[in-house]
Amino acid sequence: MSNSNDQSVYYVPHDGWYPVVLAAGLFFMVFGLGDALNAMKSGGDPGWVMSALGFSLFAVVLYFWFAKVIAENHAGLNNAQVKRSYVWGMGWFIFSEVMFFAAFFGALFYTRVLVVSWLGGDGGKAMTGDYLWPEFENTWPVMDNPDNAVFTPPEQSIQLKSFGSLFTYLPFWNTVILVASSFTVHWAHSAIKKGNRSGLVSWLALTVALGFLFVFLQGYEYWELYTHYGLTLDSGIYGSTFFILTGFHGFHVTLGAVILLVQLIRAIRGHFTATDQFGLEAGSWYWHFVDVVWICLFFLVYIV
Amino acid sequence: MSAVIESHDDHHDHGPAKGLARWLFTTNHKDIGTLYLWFSFAMLLIGGTMALIIRAELFQPGLQFVNPEFFNQMTTNHGLIMVFGAIMPAFVGLANWLVPMMVGAPDMALPRMNNLSFWILPFAFGMMISTLFMEGGGPNFGWTFYAPLSTTYAPDSVTFFIFAVHMMGASSIMGSINIIATILNMRAPGMTLMQMPLFVWTWLITAYLLIAVMPVLAGAVTMMLFDIHFGTSFFNAAGGGDPVMFQHIFWFFGHPEVYIMILPAFGIVSHIIPTFARKQLFGYDSMVYAVASIAFLSFIVWAHHMFTVGMPLAGQLFFMYATMLIAIPTGVKVFNWISTMWRGSMTFETPMLFAIAFVVLFTIGGFSGLMLAITPADYQYHDTYFVVAHFHYVLVPGALFSIIAAVYYWLPKWCGNMYDERLGKLHFWLSFIGVNVTFFPQHFSGLAGMPRRIPDYALQFADFNMISSVGAFIFGFSQLLFMYVVIHAIRSGKQATGRVWEGAHGLEWTLPSPAPYHSFTHPPKVTAADAHG
Ligand SMILES: [Cu+2]
Repeated sequence: MSNSNDQSVYYVPHDGWYPVVLAAGLFFMVFGLGDALNAMKSGGDPGWVMSALGFSLFAVVLYFWFAKVIAENHAGLNNAQVKRSYVWGMGWFIFSEVMFFAAFFGALFYTRVLVVSWLGGDGGKAMTGDYLWPEFENTWPVMDNPDNAVFTPPEQSIQLKSFGSLFTYLPFWNTVILVASSFTVHWAHSAIKKGNRSGLVSWLALTVALGFLFVFLQGYEYWELYTHYGLTLDSGIYGSTFFILTGFHGFHVTLGAVILLVQLIRAIRGHFTATDQFGLEAGSWYWHFVDVVWICLFFLVYIV
Repeated sequence: MSAVIESHDDHHDHGPAKGLARWLFTTNHKDIGTLYLWFSFAMLLIGGTMALIIRAELFQPGLQFVNPEFFNQMTTNHGLIMVFGAIMPAFVGLANWLVPMMVGAPDMALPRMNNLSFWILPFAFGMMISTLFMEGGGPNFGWTFYAPLSTTYAPDSVTFFIFAVHMMGASSIMGSINIIATILNMRAPGMTLMQMPLFVWTWLITAYLLIAVMPVLAGAVTMMLFDIHFGTSFFNAAGGGDPVMFQHIFWFFGHPEVYIMILPAFGIVSHIIPTFARKQLFGYDSMVYAVASIAFLSFIVWAHHMFTVGMPLAGQLFFMYATMLIAIPTGVKVFNWISTMWRGSMTFETPMLFAIAFVVLFTIGGFSGLMLAITPADYQYHDTYFVVAHFHYVLVPGALFSIIAAVYYWLPKWCGNMYDERLGKLHFWLSFIGVNVTFFPQHFSGLAGMPRRIPDYALQFADFNMISSVGAFIFGFSQLLFMYVVIHAIRSGKQATGRVWEGAHGLEWTLPSPAPYHSFTHPPKVTAADAHG
């Protein structure tokens, strides 16, 4: 029974140290981060070093872990059934990410449609407005907070309606970039399915470039907002919802771009065949997912 | 590269590694299941100790043992540890042990990730429990951590609590992905979905619920983190946010969460009752549909936890009726269990005793839930001990009894030895009496108006509280007997047969006892009778 290529056998890996060390890395990363955040708030020992070491451990183990999985696949240990497990795994992981964003979109909907109008004196909670902050008006974006002394309101909004022209609107161009990159990653995938490696490499390289360009432009937009618009994390509910949605989206784009970068390096090194490219396909699913989130975000956060 | 692979060539034959390495590095579903179960038992003892501190303080009116600040930390951590540390990991441990054996698979679908899902937990709970020793104390805002108690007025240690919740969420999501992939992808040929054992069905749906709502909880604690450290105003009306929004998001997670803690219990009981009634389960198909309906409804009832915070009339009516609707599929299940026992050749071994107690006592918890669902009545019951009695009835003689029943039922399959039936029955009766003496009087003190989460109370509640505390100590210490029975069985119990129970059906009983380290390297042929009996 030492035939590791027996396709009727589901490959169950041997014991390994990766998972438990990865968990330890995760622990030190967040524990250090918790220390650092608390130190910023109320003094004490910042834990940046512990956090950085934890993150490094996490990243290094992840590298070895993936390298091993890839090596096992190349050695023919993964039969069709094992590969289906990875497909299910990635699919449900993306579903969990959808629900993570759903929480923030839900918060945007709830505050914008219900809370702000109640605070402004509309609806069944009209007395809320009268008693708490009678001058507060129900508008979106909220350019005047209920208590401007506690939360300094933004000076200017980034909504499309305060710009006028779509073509001078940076978020529009970011949309174009991200949607385009969804096409390029699809073409990369189609290329390798026809066995065209150079097509894969060039389309994937373009995708990764567009991804990082998006992140760069998003960073530039943040810088603009902080320096010229007065729109910050602490400028009330408009800034809160804006930055948590675009911020976590940007973080996921960065993650997706790194994933695709890894696939690019693998593609250059000769990984993937016309019939076996799930690492690439999973990365491209993830990329389409961040793209769809952005389209929702562009409409709900920037336009309406 | 081939050197990496070489050492694995004989991986189908190897047994467990030696010593500590076996437990740290294992990819075996049985080892990981064992880790989960012992971990959850340790958490049960820690969370139970906190419960006993609470009950000791409440034995008499006045402040005797702890100060109110510490009392709040105890109620908070007791709840969090029991929900996330004891009940949920115990069910994941059972899934690890049983799902691959029940569907005829060699192991879980993603064995390395399985190990990671487990090992995140000790770190997460280590971090959470360490907050009790930090300056300013641990979380003290209740297990539901409502803002602004958990944001503006929280101790500094809340940051670590938030990260601990993130880690538990990651563990749950990975565990659930693994279970879904195993069930959907690794069933032996011939086992159709509607032939799956009910424990497998209930876990499939539970895993779906977990993947749907744990990320929402992660979102909620992330917004807390931002409110605390980065100046956002999600839960602060001065900036246009709303503390009530926290409650909506929390309970959008929280209500499915309570079904996450009970659906696998339904599955377990649906295995045990047919075995000891020596009859096929009554209404298999309707059991599956009932679980699916309960799961669906769980997403649209969350605001029944919030009737008193203020809500439009239409909202109150909707959430009231939707909640009451859950009684229908739940009633179907209880009806089916009773019909399974009807005219069966019943015997009352320990697992059966716990399963029958589950049906009776969980139903009491269900009925008090129906009472709480009635909006105008809830105005009266809200935040009283009636609520405490309600959810402890569904969680202790509900979820926990089902876990204990499962351990007695499958332990001979796991370790190859029978437990001591006499001691098992003693454990049952002590637990049964203890749990009712603890929680039944809380219905009365609650209806009389005693608020929950307080260290001191008015004199008229003294008798009920004293009874309750006595029951809690009986129940708590009888779990040490449980530990003894289990360890005794593992070390020196009588050898068990492969089938173990004469009425048992299902693939796991076709294996020898103890089950071999690798169960089904090649998938077995499945007949309907083998699948779910
Ligand atoms: Cu509920």
